[in-house]
Amino acid sequence: MARVLRWLGQAVAYGLTALLIGYLADSPPYVHLAPDRALIKLAFAHGAVRNEGCRRRTAEELERLAPNMRRQVVCPRTRVPVLIELELDGRILHRASLPPTGLSGDGPSRIYERFPVAPGRHRIVARLNDTGRAAGFDYERAADVDLRPGQSFAVDFRAEAGGLVFR
Amino acid sequence: MDAFRKGLRWVFLTVEGWLDLCFPERWNPLRNLGALGFFYLWVVTVSGIYVYIFYDTGAAEAYLSVEAMTHEQRYAGGIMRSLHRYASDGMVLFMAVHTLRELAFDRYRGPRWFTWVTGVPIMALVFVCGITGYWLVWDKLAQYVAIATAEWLDVLPIFGSPIARNFLTPQNLEPRFFTLLMFLHIAVPLILLLVLWIHLQRVSRPRMHAPRGLAMGSFAMLLALSLVKPALSQGPADLGQVPSVVGLDWFYLVLYPLIDVWSPQGMWGVLGALLLMLTALPWMPPMRRAPPALVGLDNCNGCTRCAVDCPMAAITMAPRSDGKPFEREAVVDPDLCVSCGLCAGACPTATPVRRVSAFVPGIDLQHLPLRDVRESFDRAGERLRGEGRVLVIGCDQSLRVRDLERDGVAAVSLPCIGMLPPSFIDYALSRGIADGVLVTGCRPGDCQCRLGVEWTEARLAGTRDPRLRDRVPRERVAVHWAAATERRDLERAVAGFAARLRGLEGASAAQHAAAARRAGGRG
Repeated sequence: MARVLRWLGQAVAYGLTALLIGYLADSPPYVHLAPDRALIKLAFAHGAVRNEGCRRRTAEELERLAPNMRRQVVCPRTRVPVLIELELDGRILHRASLPPTGLSGDGPSRIYERFPVAPGRHRIVARLNDTGRAAGFDYERAADVDLRPGQSFAVDFRAEAGGLVFR
Repeated sequence: MDAFRKGLRWVFLTVEGWLDLCFPERWNPLRNLGALGFFYLWVVTVSGIYVYIFYDTGAAEAYLSVEAMTHEQRYAGGIMRSLHRYASDGMVLFMAVHTLRELAFDRYRGPRWFTWVTGVPIMALVFVCGITGYWLVWDKLAQYVAIATAEWLDVLPIFGSPIARNFLTPQNLEPRFFTLLMFLHIAVPLILLLVLWIHLQRVSRPRMHAPRGLAMGSFAMLLALSLVKPALSQGPADLGQVPSVVGLDWFYLVLYPLIDVWSPQGMWGVLGALLLMLTALPWMPPMRRAPPALVGLDNCNGCTRCAVDCPMAAITMAPRSDGKPFEREAVVDPDLCVSCGLCAGACPTATPVRRVSAFVPGIDLQHLPLRDVRESFDRAGERLRGEGRVLVIGCDQSLRVRDLERDGVAAVSLPCIGMLPPSFIDYALSRGIADGVLVTGCRPGDCQCRLGVEWTEARLAGTRDPRLRDRVPRERVAVHWAAATERRDLERAVAGFAARLRGLEGASAAQHAAAARRAGGRG
């Protein structure tokens, strides 16, 4: 009898462990985004123009340099920040000046932002300034979209595709 | 911290006690947590090799190949996939309990720091293995995990372009991504094996293999779970649609909801602080460290018993340095010694009866030399009165045996019961210090110093040197292992042993009286 009880006890111990593993392996479910919301993602990595253009060194400047360093043309690497603006139904959803990455400030500016929004018809406008101009934008794209619940709508920038891309 | 540890220890000892009621002593899962972790790792490895054969890399192919193996060969691929998942989850479960148990029993300080600290990257690597594994399925859960991981990594200022951008649209996702993932999912476990090997370097006789019965039971449990609730995918990934609700594996992915709560930056901070705290734990107060064992070369004959019995591999044998006619001498590494005294218990010169020389064994503890232990025996004898006098010899790691003292019961406590040379039992009985000796300590498999209980049992049974001499009356020696939570059990054992001893006295007195009567009759 004691032997049977011991086996029964073992079965209970294994059963409880299996129950714990089996349950926590996929439960309770996690609500990552409310099912009645859609998501707009703004993401890109884009290098703006250089801060300064290339220029020729003057004779005095060249004279001051060691002979092996006397390159005629210098091109400063630093880039200007990228200005991005995202508008939803006439309201600014996000506006940011994105500094260049890299220790020398010569890398691309980058952004990755998520905006949960109500599904339905929306007007989305994205604008981007990558030349450091004082006013206005170099790129602009607008679209009327009908977002489904749970839909992921991407706003990207691809220079090779002509600029701002909606997908 | 001490209160937390004490509470945790109580929980462990209580549950262990329950499990002892159903499992054979050596099979108790809580005493085989590390070995069970290894067993689950082997199940994960074998099932993973099978799953790998049928897995296809590529955004569409990955999901379809996993679905095919799950449904088209349900009783092979389906079960293997389920075993792979559930054994991985079991590994995390036992790894977590193993860590908590080592913390509860204070097995992470002093010389044990190395094993504890190398355990921290093991945890991180196990999580990386699991997370990359979930990506490979490329279902909705994989999509959520991949994007959340990428977003989490993206806050580190080391990537030129956001990694999460690769998951914006299906067009962004390259098939090479899955090849890279597969490489990671194989390479990281190999690194894990290497770190596991390092993890055990300072453990003498590590228990890497779960007892066969426990392994069989665990496998049967995993198999039953795989049949009852097969691991399934959660629908194909669709980068145009957010997986709003996912069935999360809470063993591996528990951090992800926290990222949503605390922000990715906050989660990095919390994780970094947690890993740092775990790593620094061995050096946090209160620091308790007894001085290491000391070799007395005048009495060491280089027999190697102390080196063989040391649970921490802290003793090595070196060429003789004092010119004595022995080949070797014992050398203690103070960084590894936990001052348990098992070496002193193993030393053949640790015999308390000396007529000529002073009692100095070949190896001894500095803070509690065996000479002092002998004096404690003598003093205990002075406290004992009446019939059925019991001397309880216990260890500092389990029950406080001094609390058992009363008329007829005296106690001596050692750092570990393995420090007790069997000759001390002989000493206590032959000198009339007590009528019987009861040896106690941590429950088998629970020994704080790992091998103290095992060596003591073997020495008393005469299967390991130094052995209990044949002349010692075995009916006057009792062994009762008890955890700190089993005081009543031990009290009952002591009372029962005392009663048995009184019976022996009575029988002996009756025998003497009968012999006297017979002698008187003849006269």
